[in-house]
Amino acid sequence: MSWMTSLRDRWQRRNDRRGPTQRGRARFDLRGRLMLVTGALGVCALALVARAVDVQLVRSAFYQQQGDERFLRDVEIPTSRGMITDRNGEPLAVSTPVESIWANPQEVLKSPRRLPGLAAALGIDADQLTRKLTQRSDKEFVYLKRRMNPAEARRILALNIPGVFSQREYRRYYPQGEAIAHVLGFTNIDDSGQEGLELAFDEWLRGTAGMKRVIRDRRGRTVEEVDLVRAAEPGKNLTLTIDRRIQFLAYRELKRALLESGATSGSAVVIDVATGEVLAMANLPSFNPNAVSLGNRDAHRNRAVTDLIEPGSTMKPLTVAAALEAGVITPKTMFNTNPGWMPNGRYRTTDTHNYGVLDTTGVITKSSNVGAAKIVHMLPNAGFYDFLSRFGYGRSTGSGFPGENPGLLPKPARWSGTSKQTMSYGYGLSATPLQIAHAYATLGNGGRAIVPTFVKGEVGEPVQVLDERIAREVVRMMQTVTEPGGTATQAAILGYHVAGKTGTARKASNGGYSRRYFAFFAGLVPVDNPRFSMAVVIDDPDPARGYYGGVVSAPVFKNVMEGALRLMDVPPDDIDTWLAAQATADAKRNRQAGIVPAPVPVALKPAAALPVAPMPAALVEAIDALPAAGGAR
Amino acid sequence: MSLRLIIAVLILANLISAIGVVHARYSHRQRFVELSRHEKARDELNIEFSRLQLEQATWAESNRIDQIARGRLGMKTPEPADIVVVRP
Repeated sequence: MSWMTSLRDRWQRRNDRRGPTQRGRARFDLRGRLMLVTGALGVCALALVARAVDVQLVRSAFYQQQGDERFLRDVEIPTSRGMITDRNGEPLAVSTPVESIWANPQEVLKSPRRLPGLAAALGIDADQLTRKLTQRSDKEFVYLKRRMNPAEARRILALNIPGVFSQREYRRYYPQGEAIAHVLGFTNIDDSGQEGLELAFDEWLRGTAGMKRVIRDRRGRTVEEVDLVRAAEPGKNLTLTIDRRIQFLAYRELKRALLESGATSGSAVVIDVATGEVLAMANLPSFNPNAVSLGNRDAHRNRAVTDLIEPGSTMKPLTVAAALEAGVITPKTMFNTNPGWMPNGRYRTTDTHNYGVLDTTGVITKSSNVGAAKIVHMLPNAGFYDFLSRFGYGRSTGSGFPGENPGLLPKPARWSGTSKQTMSYGYGLSATPLQIAHAYATLGNGGRAIVPTFVKGEVGEPVQVLDERIAREVVRMMQTVTEPGGTATQAAILGYHVAGKTGTARKASNGGYSRRYFAFFAGLVPVDNPRFSMAVVIDDPDPARGYYGGVVSAPVFKNVMEGALRLMDVPPDDIDTWLAAQATADAKRNRQAGIVPAPVPVALKPAAALPVAPMPAALVEAIDALPAAGGAR
Repeated sequence: MSLRLIIAVLILANLISAIGVVHARYSHRQRFVELSRHEKARDELNIEFSRLQLEQATWAESNRIDQIARGRLGMKTPEPADIVVVRP
């Protein structure tokens, strides 16, 4: 109660003191004072309102933005690049996520004690890491390590070092490795296409990164995802016309041929005749697209579309077709190639042997340069040029492959005196292996040219460039090349008629031609209704081990086509020889097993008496082998 | 009287719509979080799928199959003599 008493006392004292003041009360104008205070308060309130208006209405955008910038962030949503598959949906190029570790140097440098641990986890030197971060201490972003295994990245993040973050990126993998490296090309570290189809279809394959708005705290961690600014659009998949299996076959056989012949490089192209689809395109030397930086840059070139070569004798069927179309020769026309050479200005056009008198088919079968030269002289310059141009020589095939070379076909006005004659057998003009395969596909497709394509479903419109009858005629002439007496019996495939043409071109060097060669083989199979067109070019085979197209390149054609025909279920068009070969083999087996204990000559007879219409090489070999087998017994 | 009623109704409507806005924003965030979660799940599945495809393609690499077929399994391409041709 004491505090109450004291309070009362104080109150009384104050009332006592009030006495004198009450006397001067009239001197103060209470109303005026109130007005003053109210006015002052009113001005204050007005100032506050004005400020509020300024902040909330006039400059609200600025302040809103400033505020947002402190916690709202637009974050990119990375997206994957589309997959590239072969015609059967087998993946050829796949993007899988990897993590890139990045740091905010300003944050990380605040805890220097954690740096050695971080460096150890990253597998780099601690001093180096410190230096790197110090140099960029005014920045807020620095990559520490890019494209890591996600598990490894999680381990680093688990260290929980402030200012260290991970970012998802995508890395491209090519499971087929070097076999198809040139066609696909590759991407750089930022996942954009650098070469090949990765470059040509970059727009299509590349996804559009999305954008989302998130709230982040002071340390850069995402607190909440607020809004989706733009949805991420993953890249679209691309289905190629390439068949992985044929591609691998082509690559393997090309590699084997290169090893056997000691050649430096080679290309093989397989085209589906009816659609112009490229089924395989292999090149050597190749590179590993999963580790591009390690390889030799020279190996990155897709030689089948970028390298120009003089097509040599593979031109002869076209020369013949041009002459047949012009009506200046018939299949029965005879050419006297005696004495195995003819003059061409200061030079000579020579054959490997003197073939004497040949008919049109014979010129192709024996690959007579003189014969081709005689044929071309019956043609007008412009006509010959137009014909080759129609078959795609001297202009890009339109496949859309980056860096495709249009080849070289000089216009008649620029021909020198010897050009026409040399062009008839493939010198003085240049083409890419793809162009050669395309020209042959046109022949095989009844004279209808279709733009070669790498993308499934993108089949071009056929353009009739040669009468169908003549095209069939020429293909039948080319069939003799792989039959006994032709230059490429090694290209014969049991059960199928093969039309083809060998070529052995000297490599141009220093304004002349060297003793180094290109070995070609280009062909169509099966003859009755051609399905595949294939061109094989092998560059610089060791002349000591054989350099003729029929020896070096034809076996590649045969092995790849044999596999492709089986893989694509192409019915045989020459079942008779196959049956005959089988009968021979059966007879041989039976004899070896002792089922037919007859003397050797008797056992041989039925085999020799088989219907031997056009006898492929394999059959000839089988029959040749018989007496030896019998004798050994 | 009628003016008061109108104002009262308007105020009420304003209040309701204000609460509606708040609710809409709230549910938008909830939905967005949910969407993000589903998208993440989808992406993870896609990634898993592509990883598996890559793995499959790596195992099925032609060269590897070729070597295993020839080396370990002793397979070979049938010789012409092993093929029986049947006239269709």
